[in-house]
Amino acid sequence: MSNAYSGKPAAELTIDALVRDELAADDVRIHPDTLEAQARVAERHGNPQLAENFRRAAELTRFGEAEILALYEALRPRRSTAGELAALAADLAARDAPRCAALVREAAAAYARRGLLR
Amino acid sequence: MVDEPVGRIRFMDEQRVNLDGFAREDPALGLVALHSPADPEPSLRVVDGVVVELDGKARDAFDTIDSYVAAHGIDLSVAEEAMALGEVVAARLFVDPAVPRGEVIRLVAGMTPAKLARVVMLLRPPELMMAMTKLRARRTPSNQAHVTNLLDDPLLLAADAATAAAYGFRELETTVPVLADAPSNAVAVTIGAAVGAPGVLVQCAVEEAMELEMGLRGLVSYAETVSLYGTESVFVDGDDTPWSKALLTSGYASRGIKMRVSSGAGAEVLMAGAEGRSMLYLESRCVSLARAIGAQGVQNGGIDGASVAASVPRGVRELMAENVMVMARNLESCSGNDALMSESHVRRTSRTLPILLAGSDYICSGFGSVRRYDNMFGPSNWNAEDIDDWLALQRDWGVDGGLRTASADTVRDLRRQAVEAVRDVYRALGLGDFTDEQLAAAVDAAGSMDLAGTDALAVLAAAQTIRGAGLTALDVARALHETGHDEAARRVLDMAVARVHGDHLQTAAIFDEDMRVLSLVTDPNEYAGPGTGYEPAPRRQAEIDDIRQARGVADLRRTQAADRTDKLQKTGNAGFGTDPREVVIGVSPGVGRTVWRTLSGLLVQDVLQELLDGLEEEGCLARIVRVNSTIDLGMVGLTAARLAGSGIGIGLQGKGTALIHRRDLPPLANLELYSMAPTLTAEMYRALGANAGRHAKGATPVPVRNPYTEEAIEARYHTSVIALVALERDCADPEAAPEELSFR
Repeated sequence: MSNAYSGKPAAELTIDALVRDELAADDVRIHPDTLEAQARVAERHGNPQLAENFRRAAELTRFGEAEILALYEALRPRRSTAGELAALAADLAARDAPRCAALVREAAAAYARRGLLR
Repeated sequence: MVDEPVGRIRFMDEQRVNLDGFAREDPALGLVALHSPADPEPSLRVVDGVVVELDGKARDAFDTIDSYVAAHGIDLSVAEEAMALGEVVAARLFVDPAVPRGEVIRLVAGMTPAKLARVVMLLRPPELMMAMTKLRARRTPSNQAHVTNLLDDPLLLAADAATAAAYGFRELETTVPVLADAPSNAVAVTIGAAVGAPGVLVQCAVEEAMELEMGLRGLVSYAETVSLYGTESVFVDGDDTPWSKALLTSGYASRGIKMRVSSGAGAEVLMAGAEGRSMLYLESRCVSLARAIGAQGVQNGGIDGASVAASVPRGVRELMAENVMVMARNLESCSGNDALMSESHVRRTSRTLPILLAGSDYICSGFGSVRRYDNMFGPSNWNAEDIDDWLALQRDWGVDGGLRTASADTVRDLRRQAVEAVRDVYRALGLGDFTDEQLAAAVDAAGSMDLAGTDALAVLAAAQTIRGAGLTALDVARALHETGHDEAARRVLDMAVARVHGDHLQTAAIFDEDMRVLSLVTDPNEYAGPGTGYEPAPRRQAEIDDIRQARGVADLRRTQAADRTDKLQKTGNAGFGTDPREVVIGVSPGVGRTVWRTLSGLLVQDVLQELLDGLEEEGCLARIVRVNSTIDLGMVGLTAARLAGSGIGIGLQGKGTALIHRRDLPPLANLELYSMAPTLTAEMYRALGANAGRHAKGATPVPVRNPYTEEAIEARYHTSVIALVALERDCADPEAAPEELSFR
């Protein structure tokens, strides 16, 4: 049985709990450990790329909605300078999101080559 | 001066298919389906674990798509083996049921985009169907619906979402004519879906960032409008890169939201960015990229560009080949059949049928469950106008197209519950108020043109409040519960809790109505030839078979009994007449017992009255005799003729078929025959009576002609005929003598 992001066991996510106002947004959010477990399932079923996505997602569970939206925006074409992407990657690495950091570094290199930096 | 074409050509020009555009192949513009001279030769060179050449291009010339695919999209441990496979050999692996799906998946993981396109290009239509049957990820097929309307009316959205869920759609996709309305639409469709059935996934397709925001808030449960393109220029014009899409993909997964990407032929052509490549090759790049960024599935098969593909030779085949590539890359296929690709009912059916027969994870990536005019994605290849057709197609072929019939009462009840739930939730959350008149109109409406008026500003205000206050799925569930919609509340909460488990993030996941996840993991497709793979369970087969229009003998017996009268009464055994002016009307065994109305809608008693009137016009005497020993019209008529003083008889079956017979003719001969019972009129029966009278007097009347119709009259009436004949057969007794009937 999974635990929610908040740590609450999924079995406690009931209508009664909702009515007693005991459920908050983090109680219906996925926990990074659950995403890691799903990544292992995806690997066993012939899709290591899906597993990698779940592991990047596990890193992103700790990021707020606005931060995820900002990260997405920064990776769109010609939104960021090389320096900004480098700083973003460093920030991600520092916040224990090494896979996302690697994604940003890889993007920065490709954008530099293909004229997609700001 | 140019001669006008002859009438035959002018007539053909007027047919609906000629409203479609048909393009000559033009590879330079990308107007070519399966292969363009500019498509690269498949190639892959790896040095020290790094791809240094991909499909004829060296690493320093890679565009962003090449770079991403080279870095993440190819399984280098199998690449050498896969790239060395002859294309015909590989294509046979797709089709051969003895080769397990897993073996194809393993090898395709090592193929470059150009290689996979070359292999799939070789598959002919029945081979594509075999490949789809075998390679799709999920064993159980499914279907997705569009639920939208012109006005973003929340009541109608909820009523239509509940209706779509009742008809069996497992994913509902809404969108907006007015972007800012999106949160209101998402809430209304979520509520309607929850009223309709458990476990229905909901999404609201809008601009990328807005869609992500609604997903993060739990207002929708999956996302699909994450577009990929096959050339870098079009990708960047779409304001994204492979890396931004990869991040977006992970963003959805980080909140436990199911997501697939969207691509498909024609998009690059429409944006003048196809770079001279074929549609299939460009789409192969999209599918490779989808796998590389870690998306679990792809919506493709043309989508918005379906009619572009369909305009060129082999274009419809290319659309299906796109889906097969997705399946071969071990991804969920949401297989197009989305945008309307032809004005011709024949062509649009032809485009979908092979996929319906083979079965796909989602056969339509947007069956328009609403009226064509209400579909804000544009009309779909299949729409509310076609739901009964779809149900009939499923039943005809015995295949699972994802839909089931819903009774009139079920649809009314669910629509009412859905609009009441929206009214109560909108009131409880301070989003707006609706009148009883608006509710009643939405329940009854076949489309938004039937509504009692939607306040566009109120919808906008509701949407702004949802967004501004940061309302989530939990707020919606709580409001549903507080206003007494307990079941819908539980279903909305269940969908929110499903995100905690994340099992539906795996490939090709849907929920069944017991909230079990069916996916590549839990419901894998293991087709290996006849006797294996998906077969509907008995309960599901019954849903496919039992469409609401189906009728049996018992139904017809009830319908006929409603017209029972006592006008015809048995008076005794029939004797021989002697008056030379006498004509006998012989009726079949069911008349006056179980059969009361003919196929034309006329009552048997009214038909008899017309025949009698016609005979009277000619100064003839008439007698009505029920022939009990046979249901054969010729024998009924001949028996009557042999009893008649004139030797002329009229035979009449309860279904309305009639003839004139003479006692010296063989049984299968006759003087006049009305064989088309459904199209007969009172006037024609009167004329038949009169002609029988003229025959009795030795004249040679002009025969009355059977009416001609070009409608599928047999399709309409044959089931009734079979049931009527069964009723007649039940009344027949080979030993029983003819009996005299009184008629008053």
